[in-house]
Amino acid sequence: MEDVSAKFVSQKISRTRWRPLPAAALQPPDLFATGSWDNEDNRVSIWSAGDLGNAGLNGEYHGEPHLLCDIQHNGDVMDMQFLDQERIVVASSTGTVTIFRHHQNNQTLSANHRWEKAHYHVDQDTSCGGAACTGVVCNNPEIVTVGEDGRINLFRADQRDTVRTIDNADSSTLHAVTFLRTTEILTVNSIGQLKIWDLRQQRNEPSQIFSLAGDRVPLHCVDRHPNQQHIVATGGQDGMLSIWDIRQGTMPVSLLNAHEAEMWEVHFHPSDPDHLFTCSEDGSLWHWDTSTNVSEKPSFLHQGGRSTAYLSHSTINQSVVSAWLSNDPTKDRMEITNLIPNQTLSVNSLDVLGPCLVYGTDAEAIYVNRQLFA
Amino acid sequence: ARALTGFVAGTGHGAPSSSQVFVVRRDQDIYIQTLRKLFNESHGIFMGLQRSEEELAGKSRKAQLVQVSKNYRSVIRACMEDMHEAAVSTRDPALQGQYSTQVSILSAMELIWNLCEILFVEAATAGPLLLRLLDWVRLHVCDVDSMVREVLSSESPSKHKLFWNVVDVFVLQGRMDEARHLLSKEASANPTSMNMYKILDDLMKKMPVPSTGNTQTLTELELKWQHWHEECQRYLQDGTFASNPHMESICKIMLGDEDAILEKKELMTTWYHFLVTRLLYSHPTVKPMELRFYAQSSMDLFLGGESSPEPLDMILMAAFEFEMHQVIKECSIVLSNWWFVAHLTDLLDHCKLLQSHNLYFGSNMREFLLLEYASGLFSHHSLWQLGVDYFDHCPEYGRVYLELHIERIPLSTEQKALKVLRICEQRQMHEQVRSICKIMAMKALRNNRLGSALSWSIRAKDAAFATLISDRFLKDYCERGCFSDLDLIDNLGPSMLLSDRLTFLGKYREFHRLYGEKRFPEAARLLLTLMTAHIAPCSFWMTLLTDALPLLEQKEVIFSAEQTYELMRCLEDLTAGNPDKQKFQDDDVETTKVEMLRLALARNLARVIVKEGTVEGS
Repeated sequence: MEDVSAKFVSQKISRTRWRPLPAAALQPPDLFATGSWDNEDNRVSIWSAGDLGNAGLNGEYHGEPHLLCDIQHNGDVMDMQFLDQERIVVASSTGTVTIFRHHQNNQTLSANHRWEKAHYHVDQDTSCGGAACTGVVCNNPEIVTVGEDGRINLFRADQRDTVRTIDNADSSTLHAVTFLRTTEILTVNSIGQLKIWDLRQQRNEPSQIFSLAGDRVPLHCVDRHPNQQHIVATGGQDGMLSIWDIRQGTMPVSLLNAHEAEMWEVHFHPSDPDHLFTCSEDGSLWHWDTSTNVSEKPSFLHQGGRSTAYLSHSTINQSVVSAWLSNDPTKDRMEITNLIPNQTLSVNSLDVLGPCLVYGTDAEAIYVNRQLFA
Repeated sequence: ARALTGFVAGTGHGAPSSSQVFVVRRDQDIYIQTLRKLFNESHGIFMGLQRSEEELAGKSRKAQLVQVSKNYRSVIRACMEDMHEAAVSTRDPALQGQYSTQVSILSAMELIWNLCEILFVEAATAGPLLLRLLDWVRLHVCDVDSMVREVLSSESPSKHKLFWNVVDVFVLQGRMDEARHLLSKEASANPTSMNMYKILDDLMKKMPVPSTGNTQTLTELELKWQHWHEECQRYLQDGTFASNPHMESICKIMLGDEDAILEKKELMTTWYHFLVTRLLYSHPTVKPMELRFYAQSSMDLFLGGESSPEPLDMILMAAFEFEMHQVIKECSIVLSNWWFVAHLTDLLDHCKLLQSHNLYFGSNMREFLLLEYASGLFSHHSLWQLGVDYFDHCPEYGRVYLELHIERIPLSTEQKALKVLRICEQRQMHEQVRSICKIMAMKALRNNRLGSALSWSIRAKDAAFATLISDRFLKDYCERGCFSDLDLIDNLGPSMLLSDRLTFLGKYREFHRLYGEKRFPEAARLLLTLMTAHIAPCSFWMTLLTDALPLLEQKEVIFSAEQTYELMRCLEDLTAGNPDKQKFQDDDVETTKVEMLRLALARNLARVIVKEGTVEGS
């Protein structure tokens, strides 16, 4: 793909995240953050996605990503998410959770707040290494983290102390967490279970547990459909993509054989959720496209914001619903494309926003594609 | 010659009892940040080469290999630029020195690689050979570039004091058009020498050079060149340029006069520049195999006994002599890192140029170098992932090396362990899979993460460890009277079958659930199966029988006569098996339990006989 710019950055990339756009923004994202792992000196870095001064004829940006600023980070960057336009929360393999602030005026990063030993094994005081914090999700000002210690922590960005801790929430490692609703979270663990937790309730039990039929393959990532909140996608250690309908049943609705190795991240496209993206240890990044023919497709991205096809509201919902929850893969066509031509080492992370895709690999390179739907 | 560098830590300042800790690094180079790009990018090229189509034959294969070589070189150049940037922008003089050294090393590497590409990979033949060598010299001898820029950018170049130096440089490098362009400026400023200039310009224009296409044969070229050479000779002997020593010297150079060329030593800076200039003006149709003679004599003439050849000179000489093994050997000695020789040798091997030159321990040179390079990568905290692919492409010893190295990678997080595991699984390295899973499972167990421990045992299909974990659960149950981690035990699924103990655990928990749901007959059946199928550990039988008590005490009769007999038999087996222990049984609780059980069983038996007798009757 000609529109992909690559940059070798001398560090293995564990996470890449676009900075979120302000609500009414029309332009594509221009700034992303990365975290490294397996270095003696790991770094959290902020990059500009291309030379803004070189806008081409159609407003495309050329040039490779360039580093704006970075800061040293203790331990591997296991997960990160932007809290708002300036702050980013980073989860560390030492069990520490840090909020970094990006100062735009002088392009520096500083550590704003830190929760040390948010995750630890057995005894917080004696533990010398802590337990890795494997997942973090935010909904400003709330921050939820999960870790290898099976613990769930709830923080608030403006409060020093932990708001709430659920000890021993899980007997195995929690690999990822995401918000289902503002008061409910979803977690996935290493014995193949998807759990819903209601944070309003004081009891330390999940309100619902889902698991895969058959072998309890560990689940590594989870994402919720942006509009249809009952549709959840998870990725497993065997590279399988599972789609769940959490309103019904305790087992997934569809299982899609995808990658040949661990699926590290799964993301619905935030504004165009007919598109799903997954990346894996086997070095591939797949684009799953359930949008049907262009003429039938209710485009949310049409010029002028109004679809020219005359579709009633119910059919729009129906096509979106049936696409992911369909049990008959032959009826609704799904296009799956591998976006990486020469795959070598693992793609650890991806993020997608608007027409832009960014991903990072163990081959110490970052790739940015700014024309995803061209 | 790998550098072993040591750092001293600790507070000792020379006092006899000072404690010092040495941090020894095997391969210093791989820790330089900028070089990491080189390693990663070249890894991509290496993998592409290994996977490339072997079926392509002849010209297309050669073109492919030349492209690979060019890719490697562009990666070296990119790294050189980055290193230069770093050297310029750093404030630390030590670092600056280090970076500058690296820049010159990289530059030398690219020089050598480029020559190898011309002579070995592309195997340029007479004709194109000279053109390639000219390009090579122009690209790499850049000491004169600043002088050239200075003169060209001055207001009237012909008045510049270095003007003739620059013209000489162009002539020496065979850049005739540029030389003519500069000379035209001189001619317009100096009308008196117009005649001389015109003749010289004409000669320069007519000089025959090998063409890249197939428009002329070598013989044609030689003939043309001979004519041209004689023409130049005539003009010189006629004294045409006698009044202008600069132009005369240029004419002599063009005639291949060694002394005239040698006078311009400072402008050429190196003996290989001298070599190429000589060839250009005395033997442009030189054949590859003839290079060695010219090379040796060029070096001798240029150095003239004042200085001795440096390692770089020896390496280039070996290349001109087509001694590939010598080139590789010399490079290995001089360079502190195996990167260069490993990749170059691999490329040459793909060109089918290296005979299987067996080293004494059996593997060939390519494999030896790749193994050394990859082992170096494994000593790095992060680059070990690249090393895996290199080992994969060493057919004889790669697997063994990988097996030994991969077990020694520190597994700091579960995610890293998963990556290492995946590597092992993809290569059917079962021993290593088992060993890694065991390490991770033990860690999890020590941290009381029973679910994680079980997850690792399932991955390794390690029945023994699964049994260990189940015993832990059962022990916890006995101590606390309830199960911990119900979310795990209730959801074991098919993994329950991994070990008998685990199956028992799952089924036992199911019994408790059935009891909790008041499904007593099913619970009773399950309980009995647990005992009679012998999957319950002996230590647990008492617990199971005690669990049967509430079922026996129910108002409703649950156990059938058959089942009651079974239970009684189990109880007898249990108590009969340890007659000695019974005597020392001062534990009243135990004896009471047994008594109660016997009573309950007897009562149940009585009730059930009546019940069954009644049912059968009607």
